[in-house]
Amino acid sequence: MSLKNLTFKGGVMVPGYKEFTREKPIERAIEPSVVAIPLHQHTSAPCEPIVKVGDSVKVGQKIGQSDAFVSAPVHSSVSGIVKSITPMAIPTGLTVNCVVIESDGKNELHELVKPYKSLKELTSEEIINIIKEAGITGMGGAGFPTHVKLSPPPEKKIDTIIINGAECEPYITADHRNMVEEPEKIIFGLRAIMKAVVGVKKGIVAVEENKPDAIEALKNVCKDYESIKVVSLKAKYPQGDEKRLIDAILGRQVPSGGLPMDVGAVVCNVSTTKAVAEAISMGKPLYERVVTVTGKGIKEPKNLIVKIGTSFKDIIEQCGGFTENAPGKIIMGGPMMGISQFSIDVPVIKGTGSILILTKEEAEPVQVSSCIKCGKCVEVCPVYLQPLYLSTYSLKEKFEKAEEFHALDCIECGACSYICPAKRPLVESIRIAKREIIAKRRGI
Amino acid sequence: MDFEGMLLVSSSPHIRSDETVQRIMLDVIIALIPAMIGSVYFFGINALKLILISVASSILFEALIQKAFKREVTINDLSAVITGILIAFNLPANAPLWLPIIGSAFAIIIVKQFFGGLGSNFMNPALAARAMLLTSWPNHMSSFTGPRPDVVTTATPLTIMKTGGTQLTGSELPSLMDMFVGNIPGAIGETSALLLLIGAIYLIIRQVIDWRIPVFYIGTTFIMLILLGVESEFLLYHILGGGLILGAFYMATDYASSPVTPKGRIIYGIGAGVLTAIIRVKGGYPEGVSYSILLMNIATPIIEKITRPKVFGEVK
Repeated sequence: MSLKNLTFKGGVMVPGYKEFTREKPIERAIEPSVVAIPLHQHTSAPCEPIVKVGDSVKVGQKIGQSDAFVSAPVHSSVSGIVKSITPMAIPTGLTVNCVVIESDGKNELHELVKPYKSLKELTSEEIINIIKEAGITGMGGAGFPTHVKLSPPPEKKIDTIIINGAECEPYITADHRNMVEEPEKIIFGLRAIMKAVVGVKKGIVAVEENKPDAIEALKNVCKDYESIKVVSLKAKYPQGDEKRLIDAILGRQVPSGGLPMDVGAVVCNVSTTKAVAEAISMGKPLYERVVTVTGKGIKEPKNLIVKIGTSFKDIIEQCGGFTENAPGKIIMGGPMMGISQFSIDVPVIKGTGSILILTKEEAEPVQVSSCIKCGKCVEVCPVYLQPLYLSTYSLKEKFEKAEEFHALDCIECGACSYICPAKRPLVESIRIAKREIIAKRRGI
Repeated sequence: MDFEGMLLVSSSPHIRSDETVQRIMLDVIIALIPAMIGSVYFFGINALKLILISVASSILFEALIQKAFKREVTINDLSAVITGILIAFNLPANAPLWLPIIGSAFAIIIVKQFFGGLGSNFMNPALAARAMLLTSWPNHMSSFTGPRPDVVTTATPLTIMKTGGTQLTGSELPSLMDMFVGNIPGAIGETSALLLLIGAIYLIIRQVIDWRIPVFYIGTTFIMLILLGVESEFLLYHILGGGLILGAFYMATDYASSPVTPKGRIIYGIGAGVLTAIIRVKGGYPEGVSYSILLMNIATPIIEKITRPKVFGEVK
């Protein structure tokens, strides 16, 4: 197997815009005076609060949990007093219950935050339990609870763990900085995950070739481990999509509607892997993460360790505020798949890899013209769909036709809309078709 | 400071490539420039007049009909300019100056705008106009002068071959070198394979056109001519003469009337190649490119249907 320049068919070359922050070492954000920690941050069951107003809490203390399997508990990121538990807007666009905690500035650690046994002594079950208790969820985008990913049903034999360091979204450098600065933790986390999932023989860290320093740092650490390899990927969007990654590295296609485990693989993001390492070696739950604050619209772009629950507003202030012609658009995540925000009074959540500020000029809506059938969307679609037709059917409300053309297989990467010379809202309209088709299937 | 109400909120992606329809059309125009200069060099000032009239009338008809239909006037997208150039390219140098005006009106109003405008036309407008002009004014459309205006009306290489070769027509086949450079009788824009290919390479490098259509088209034509028993000494004349190069690179690749799927483009190219060879060898016309492409234009929806790509991970 060649370990260089692996890739998949389709996709687009997007300029990186990573120069804003790629050389900026991770620094700690200023302590927030108050945090609002959402009890529901990702696709899983919402948590119930286990603290009440007036309680004093410590850093790393569990404040919300759920009995459901597909769920992850949430922890306090500060020490202080619970001021209220109230519905608030979060960056995913939902309004969910948040635990508002006023910090006492002391950052006292909870007693349970202490190292576990060595990796050698831990069993597979224990590792998965540590990950679950630490509330670790995918930090790349979708935010699925990690312990669920690592517990495939016994008939699904997993042979390979892939650590996703592609970071193909333009602008974001959080994973990149983690790989450069904390390669030991990432390799440790990978070893822990390999031990947690029964039967795994290979561990692969996959990094886009435009991060040579990260590849170098990781290679240095993993040279002692024979079962672990670092591979370089072509820098292309959406290289970091897990199904594209598995195709590029292992040459296996995850069946339509299936999961990576169907082809014997589990994919974890690098920041998630670092969180796994910290959970085991420090007992640290996921209460803070690296956030890239970037874009032309912010005065001092930075890579910051931010406590979950810190408001976007505080972070933006710490980065010098907006530039003159900003903000036009504020995005959580990257420009290709990120979510634009109505307000800056929203808290950082576990899935906030980046806060991107576009200037008014950059946010200006584009002029749409008619489809010239150039076929570029067909060429770039990593799922081999025909976005031009899907979009037409959706806009004409012919959702059955859209379903026939496999609308549900769309991964919403946005490569089609990005490349379209007529600037048509391709992925945007396919999303509508997907919602309609799913709603109909559920009989709504 | 409260920013609510000031922030733009929309669905991702939040950035777009700098690719535009206008830029694509401009690339095609740039690609056609060498052949345009060549046409003036070989056929004189009349070629330039035909091109200018054809382009101007195409733009004018587009603006007028869009105004009349109360549609947005989109002459800035430059697509009408290309149609104009291509119509002129299909005319003999001594064609009357009203001919391109009729051609432009037909191409823009009927073939393009009646069907919904740019991207919605199921046939290539310039080619449809050529076919219409050829049927309506066959004498004007096929009285070719040789290069330089002093040369009298002569037969094109394809006509010479069609009518039985040198002995019967009394005309001599030009040298292959003249064919390649374009120093032969023919429609003003289609004689110079060299200049058309320079533009075509530019279009392929700029990823404006897909190499599949022209390569499979010309390749299939070549193979089919052999299968149909065309003598080997005439094969290259067939490839270089007539509108094959112009048609394959600049007309068969028209986005709206050709398939979007990669496999579909291969089938489309092969189909056009088969038809061109058959019409040339067995049909009544010496030249089969326009009708072949038009017929394949009509087959495009079916080709797309049968070549719909299998999606990632689809189990069949």
